[in-house]
Amino acid sequence: MNLPILSSLILLPSIGALFLFFTKSKSENKITVKYVALFTSLVNFFLSIYLWFLFDQTTSAFQFVEDRIWIKGLINYKVGVDGISILFIILTTFITPLCIISVNNSVTKRLNEFLIAILVMETFMIGVFCSLDLVVFYLFFEAGLIPMFLIIGIWGGARRVYSAFKFFLFTLLGSVLMLVAIISIYWITGTTDVVQLYELGIDTKYQNLLWLAFFSSFAVKTPMWPVHTWLPDAHVEAPTAGSVLLAAILLKMAGYGFIRFSLGLFPFASEVFTPLIYTLSVIAIIFTSLIALMQEDMKKLIAYSSVAHMGFVTLGIFTIQQQGIEGSIIQMISHGLVSAALFLCVGVVYDRMHSRLIATYGGIVTIIPKYAILFMVFTLAALGLPGTSGFVGEFLILMAAFKDNFLVAVLASLGVIIGAAYMLWLYKRVIFGKLINSELKKMIDLNKSEAFTLTCLAIPTLYFGFYPEPLINTIEVSIRDLIDTYNFSVASKQ
Amino acid sequence: MNNIELIFPEIFISLSIMFLLILGVFKKDSSKIIHNISLLILLITAVITFNETLSINPTTLFNESIIIDYLSSFMKIITLLAAFVVLLISSNYLRTFKIFKIEYPILILSSVLGMMIMISSNDLIVFYMGLELQSLALYVLATFNRDQLKSSEAGLKYFVLSALSSGLLLYGCSLIYGFTGSTNFNFISTQFNTYEYAITFGIVFILVGLAFKISAVPFHMWAPDVYEGSPTSVTLFFTMVPKIAALTVFIRFLYVPFLNLIDQWQMILVFLSIASMLFGAIAAIGQKNLKRLIAYSSISHIGYALAGLATGSNEGIQSSVIYMTIYIIMNLGFFSCLLMMKRNNIYYEQIDDLSGLSKNHPLLSISLLIILFSLAGIPPLAGFFAKFYIFKSVIEQSMYFLAIVGLLSTVVAAFYYLRIIKIMYFDEEKDSYDKDHNLWLKLSLTVSTILILMYFIFPSELIDVVSKINII
Repeated sequence: MNLPILSSLILLPSIGALFLFFTKSKSENKITVKYVALFTSLVNFFLSIYLWFLFDQTTSAFQFVEDRIWIKGLINYKVGVDGISILFIILTTFITPLCIISVNNSVTKRLNEFLIAILVMETFMIGVFCSLDLVVFYLFFEAGLIPMFLIIGIWGGARRVYSAFKFFLFTLLGSVLMLVAIISIYWITGTTDVVQLYELGIDTKYQNLLWLAFFSSFAVKTPMWPVHTWLPDAHVEAPTAGSVLLAAILLKMAGYGFIRFSLGLFPFASEVFTPLIYTLSVIAIIFTSLIALMQEDMKKLIAYSSVAHMGFVTLGIFTIQQQGIEGSIIQMISHGLVSAALFLCVGVVYDRMHSRLIATYGGIVTIIPKYAILFMVFTLAALGLPGTSGFVGEFLILMAAFKDNFLVAVLASLGVIIGAAYMLWLYKRVIFGKLINSELKKMIDLNKSEAFTLTCLAIPTLYFGFYPEPLINTIEVSIRDLIDTYNFSVASKQ
Repeated sequence: MNNIELIFPEIFISLSIMFLLILGVFKKDSSKIIHNISLLILLITAVITFNETLSINPTTLFNESIIIDYLSSFMKIITLLAAFVVLLISSNYLRTFKIFKIEYPILILSSVLGMMIMISSNDLIVFYMGLELQSLALYVLATFNRDQLKSSEAGLKYFVLSALSSGLLLYGCSLIYGFTGSTNFNFISTQFNTYEYAITFGIVFILVGLAFKISAVPFHMWAPDVYEGSPTSVTLFFTMVPKIAALTVFIRFLYVPFLNLIDQWQMILVFLSIASMLFGAIAAIGQKNLKRLIAYSSISHIGYALAGLATGSNEGIQSSVIYMTIYIIMNLGFFSCLLMMKRNNIYYEQIDDLSGLSKNHPLLSISLLIILFSLAGIPPLAGFFAKFYIFKSVIEQSMYFLAIVGLLSTVVAAFYYLRIIKIMYFDEEKDSYDKDHNLWLKLSLTVSTILILMYFIFPSELIDVVSKINII
């Protein structure tokens, strides 16, 4: 069968969005509109599962490659997946339908346009993970700003305008330097095709500057300390579905970019800048964990915890060891599931009480027990309890870090403890304790769709916590090959 | 007189202008018919240009004072089509202000004639002649809504500053003539073996004059006032058409006679480009009037086009031409939106008037959203590719500073485009605008939006067309 499966994955959500665009958004066909969007994204999900099924785990070469002339003599539209990218694609197609299910309560106005934005966003996100050409990558990477800007700005909270602008301008500022670097690579090597660039290699004298240009973009997107400040704002103001997309997938673009481009294209520079990444990662882990400890807003707390978790990811990537990078990818997948779930959890209580402040809640365990259980699963996963997917990632990263740099590893482990502290404290203050606020008694437990989305997220979290083999099998060969190439080029140039 | 057929377009358009003038004098209430005939004339001229001159080898006429080559034909066609669309969508606006007169299309035609002469000029005198013809028509067009104080002010300002720049330009021409003994571009290029400083002076003066015409910083002061004061349809004309002609002269003047002096003029162009990009982006932030804002935005966009010219390579020229082409399409879309902001025969042009537009006019606001993101250069819209080609050719010449400053100023520029989007989408709604628009206006908005949105599917076509431009 010669179905261009990746292009279909990229295009399908947009076609759904186009369909929605021509549907009149009236109150009576709200449900229809939602089902159309849900159907589209589910088809996409099954398509991506089919992709995983067809995927050959024994090779590190790119698979399902499509190569078409796009701008004659300049850029080819080239997409393909390997072990590193395929999991992110599945994560994207998995999270999007859950987002669409969750809009039930949180989005009341302009549902039609919201769903269009989410579907268009899915197109761009899948495009980022598939593209094997730097310009195509940049295109998708940047284009994602438009729908996200609108999602935060139109459907966001009180300070939505400020947050939307901050999000947009921070990310754009980071990315323009990457564009300069991409064009420079084109003139240095004569191509922007990633596969060819892997073979050709880039002259060491350019690598440092190019690495920094790419870093400026990825650091903002990750986000790394000290350019993480847009994230809490964006998260707090975005509607629940927006926060979920942002935390679960958008942040992963940068981690993916580090592995695919920084390590793959500039091994020499990566070696040079590893101490920088280590420092920033450790600061991010400890500093933002401490900040998270002091937050009074639940969403903000989770946002800061995201920064800390992404600190682990960058740390793991730049250990440049098999476990480290595997751990980072698993950590990213796990964080995608867990942070999405946590934001949904916050969304659940916010829809009922219209408050995100921790102080509003307390003692609701008896009122909404189902919620309490599911929230606990994700709290424990976020702090990396063994048996949850959070543990696997963190453990692998720390193991690799201990091999490489003892001090960094000790400091990062310290972050794990603080992480446990703020998550448990959050859970304690929200769920347990005395029921002071009498309004809370009116709260209703999870409805069917909420229970369904949260359970959908809980199952893989636990499953991959106990049995991460499917994930590791998928990524193993690609990472080994990446590290071999990396070590080879570093060794040959020294 | 061989090859006289190559200037048929110019001859045709000048005869038509005379005919229309006479028709206007002798026939009463002929403004509508003259409007329609002018549209037809512009279209016919574009077709003639396309058929007669687009695919021929470079040919010079009249003692090499006029050159017909791919660049000139291409730019002429763009000029004619842009003028055609301007005329097409401006009729309702003119009727509202009761300035739907016979002079309007005739003035547009004569300025187009002037631009066509400028575009094919291969001689300083011919170039100056064309420039003055178009400028004179433009002065009158700026004041066309003469009952309004602002419009008269705009025209006067434009006249004074433009006359000053013409003076500088003439002085530059005379210096060059004095030290090379000719006004002909081809002849000049063979003439100076000795690097006379006076020639550099001449180049500087001519560049200053041209920078005035395309409103590059620091010679931009007239632009915001003139753009704001002129009738909107004339502003649309100002932001696009004269710039195409002036840019062509820029290319021709710098790259034919003075390519060897690239060390001398490259720095000037880099400065003009950086200053325009940055200043245009920063100054637009504080604007409240959409026409003023678009004036600053056009200053900033001209900076990008100049960045392409500063490279001194064919790719640079091509990327500038692509940039201008895409810019024109975006501008057409933007002004179509502006011309739709009408309620009870009053046109609104403040940014705040856009407040909550998305609720009452979802289609209009989604088009404007796409156009604005494209102007800001966000992928995958056409504006991104325009910038991409420019920076590709800039970085090819290792001009990293220019590229980085240019890209950083896009971030600044993104801020004010976002502000418009914010007002449209995030703010509370106001009364809705009229919905019964001219069919042509709707069509121009739809076509330009679709072109911008869909450009990424067929990016090669425009490059194929433009890549035939070979000056060096």
